[in-house]
Amino acid sequence: MHGYEFYVDPSRCIGCQSCMRACEECETHRGHSMINFDFIDRKETIGTAAYVCWHCDDPTCAQVCPADAIKKGEDGIVHASLKPRCIGCSNCVLACPFGIPKIIPEYDQMLKCDMCYDRTSEGKRPMCATVCPSQALAYVRPHEIAHRREKPTNVFQFGNQRVTTKVFMMAPEEQDSISIDVVDYMWEEKNNEAISEAQSGTVVAG
Amino acid sequence: MAKPAVPIHALAQQYGPHLNYAPAGGWRAESTHPYSLTKTHCCFCGQQCGIQLKVRDNQVIGFEPWEEFPFNRGMLCPKGVKRYLQNNHPDRLLDPLLRSEQGFRKASWDETLDFTARRLREIQERYGKDSVAVYGGASLSTEKSYLVGKFARVALGTRHIDYNGRLCMVSAGHAYKPAFGVDRSPMPWSDIPKAQVLLIIGANIGECAPITTDYVWRCRDNGGKLIVADPRITPIARNADLYLPVRPGTDLALLMGLLHIVLRDGLEDRQFISEHTSGFEAVAEAVQPYNPQKVAEMTGVPPQSIEKAAHWFGEAERAIALHARGIEHQSKGVENCAAVINLCLATGNIGREGAGCAMITGQGNGQGGREHGQKCDQLPGQRSIDDPEGRRHVASVWGIPVEEMPQKGLTAVEIMEAIHRGEIKGLLSLCFNPLVSLPDANFTREALEKIEFFGVIDFFLSETAQFADVVLAGSLQEEEDGLGCSAEGRVIHIRKSVDPPGNARQDCNILCDLAGRLGKGKYFPYASTAAILDELREASRGGIADYYGITYDKVDRQMGVFWPCPSLDHPGTPRLMEGGRSFYPDGKCRFMVTQWRESGDPVAPDFPIYLTTGRVVSQYLSGTQTRRIGELVDQYPDPKVEMHPRLAAAYEINQGDWVTIATRRSEITLQAMVVKTIRPDTVFIPYHWPGGRSANRLTHRTLDPHSKIPEYKVSACQLRKAGGPPQWWINRSANGAPPPGFQAVAKERP
Repeated sequence: MHGYEFYVDPSRCIGCQSCMRACEECETHRGHSMINFDFIDRKETIGTAAYVCWHCDDPTCAQVCPADAIKKGEDGIVHASLKPRCIGCSNCVLACPFGIPKIIPEYDQMLKCDMCYDRTSEGKRPMCATVCPSQALAYVRPHEIAHRREKPTNVFQFGNQRVTTKVFMMAPEEQDSISIDVVDYMWEEKNNEAISEAQSGTVVAG
Repeated sequence: MAKPAVPIHALAQQYGPHLNYAPAGGWRAESTHPYSLTKTHCCFCGQQCGIQLKVRDNQVIGFEPWEEFPFNRGMLCPKGVKRYLQNNHPDRLLDPLLRSEQGFRKASWDETLDFTARRLREIQERYGKDSVAVYGGASLSTEKSYLVGKFARVALGTRHIDYNGRLCMVSAGHAYKPAFGVDRSPMPWSDIPKAQVLLIIGANIGECAPITTDYVWRCRDNGGKLIVADPRITPIARNADLYLPVRPGTDLALLMGLLHIVLRDGLEDRQFISEHTSGFEAVAEAVQPYNPQKVAEMTGVPPQSIEKAAHWFGEAERAIALHARGIEHQSKGVENCAAVINLCLATGNIGREGAGCAMITGQGNGQGGREHGQKCDQLPGQRSIDDPEGRRHVASVWGIPVEEMPQKGLTAVEIMEAIHRGEIKGLLSLCFNPLVSLPDANFTREALEKIEFFGVIDFFLSETAQFADVVLAGSLQEEEDGLGCSAEGRVIHIRKSVDPPGNARQDCNILCDLAGRLGKGKYFPYASTAAILDELREASRGGIADYYGITYDKVDRQMGVFWPCPSLDHPGTPRLMEGGRSFYPDGKCRFMVTQWRESGDPVAPDFPIYLTTGRVVSQYLSGTQTRRIGELVDQYPDPKVEMHPRLAAAYEINQGDWVTIATRRSEITLQAMVVKTIRPDTVFIPYHWPGGRSANRLTHRTLDPHSKIPEYKVSACQLRKAGGPPQWWINRSANGAPPPGFQAVAKERP
């Protein structure tokens, strides 16, 4: 849908799993949810997080695929594996920095979120973001997301790998990229380059 | 009559609950099989989200979000997403059933209706009109609710008609009506994002009213502060700016403490109080002793948190207080709600945009179902049954002499108690599963075993219906047209999507046919649901819940109409008490004095731990529908007992251990869920299950003296680590196969 973007905000998630239940309804993978959902640590916190494929600009899953089965469209959508090509080797599962692709044993194929290609190509919003009661998953226009407390970023730093994505993560306002490595927040003379890549200061809450 | 003819597990083999995973006809690519979409509403909770049902060949095969409907704008919780799977379900009752030696046998409509009418008449002739009671339900459409009330009072002439909304928000109703002269959320939900401070007390919004979450988060986006008071850190509390870990049953002290600080520090709105209220001085005096230190001792909330909450609420220009069953399910439920109202009145937070208080009604038509006469103390239009003028009006609409209009009857729990005492001999129930939903389930079972005649109208054989003499196969929500009213007071249109399958019939049709066989057919001449609505509009006309100006067409056009709507050209009333004017003739809102009382089941050395009960997001009420939907069961299959690691350590309980929870009534054994998100003096158990998993075997029948709501939220219990799994678990695991009630219908894969 023109002018719409996908935003993920785990801090809004209430763990209801409506996204998963809705994803299961998709015609192409009925009964299987392509949402990644976690109780972060149920003993310690009520915190939960639901997220979709981030649709990387330069997808690691496609880079490592020996069968050239993973394609990115001109619209930036990284598609599930092509059935005739996928050999079910799990390279993509292991390599994806976000842990998104899934091998579905009964299909012997990697499937993942394709941002409801069947719906978005017809002018409908992705199913998960449409039903999400807390709008932790949101498919809206940039001016609508601008009303929120958190601000969107699509730059992720995994060690030395910098990943930019089509899907946005909502982060505290002063933060323009997201890093998950403590090192990236540390001051180390020898590693000045990496530091400048990441931001300093606040850590994203779980 | 008495116990089920065959063991429960034998009935469960045949009637379920079985798990439905796939739509009718399997999962086929819809693009090659045309379907139609019906714009309607979810059949579950009081949010009444708009949804489009996919229909093909008279079967509901899926859903599509309805993004234009303003309340939820396409959003749905997991129950809404999967609600279509109740349609074309293998457990669906397709024929009326009569009790037999084998359990039940299929019978014709003539045979079952004649039998039902004959038995009801025999009992009434022998023991009197009031020896028969009627149970209705708050999931019924407004027309059905109206019809159930009229059926009881006109066709049966009994005064004992009540409904399962008695287990829902009646405490709120019994506070709002005296305070404001009207029982409805005073504000539309669109006010929530506009508040500067939001106090959520006793409301697990994330799980029980999930769509409201978005309103709360938008309030925070706008800079609003969120205060959450709850014994548990519920999902909505994860973003609370201030969390108040209130001890179960002590909300009243907290609320009085908040008002105490507001008055102590001069944060009240003197002008509003003098112009728009009465009774302030007595309330000010009542809260005087509730200083922060005392309140902290009673509630377990730190004094500085109480101070902060009071200052935030009192200093805000616009503040909203939302509450639900957490404070309403108490033997002082009405006082709790009154204390919320007092706080809002004292701070001038009523009848303005972004300011007010509201109960988050929980049941599907919990609002509409309580307005038009299936409540024992009300006639259509939210008229009090004691009001002579109201009685005359409704009697004239019904065409009966006013002296034949029965007086106020017993409430839901009291009816079950009267059955247990042998005073009520016959019961006709629809849309109600009291064996799971009433407190003290063993008592309910004893009562059901004593009843002389028990007739049920339902679409699945619920745990309660297993005790029935006759089960009349009724209709699902999507099989009959009608109105509902959502938590915010918006009247919505439930559209018929499909016909009842097999020989099942529409509920209205069954009731009218039964009325005919009771010799009262002339009072039930309706050709359609529209005809019932037309009569309801007249019956409610001039009342508090005035529906006279509401038509299906208008509801469709406006995407809902907020009542009161007294004339056809009236647009409806989204916000009540605009300008601080109540529904009383003098326009004043009433402060209500609240007094502290102990719980009806107090903790003591032998029962030292608080037990509180509630819901999980994937199940709904007694589970008659949601325990039959595969993915919803998989999401949270069995109740667990939630406890803090500190409490678990005291009993040497680890994650997943079997734990026996005992109260003064009974005990059950569940697996422990050890989490830091609950007070260490409290355990929590969700209540959606029957038998050995039934939290309501533990709860008690202490009622609020005004609203007669049971005190589900506060019981005293003891814990002990169990030696091994309980019988319900062993039965299930036997033979390596799921036990009765858990046979999964094979998951169909593409």
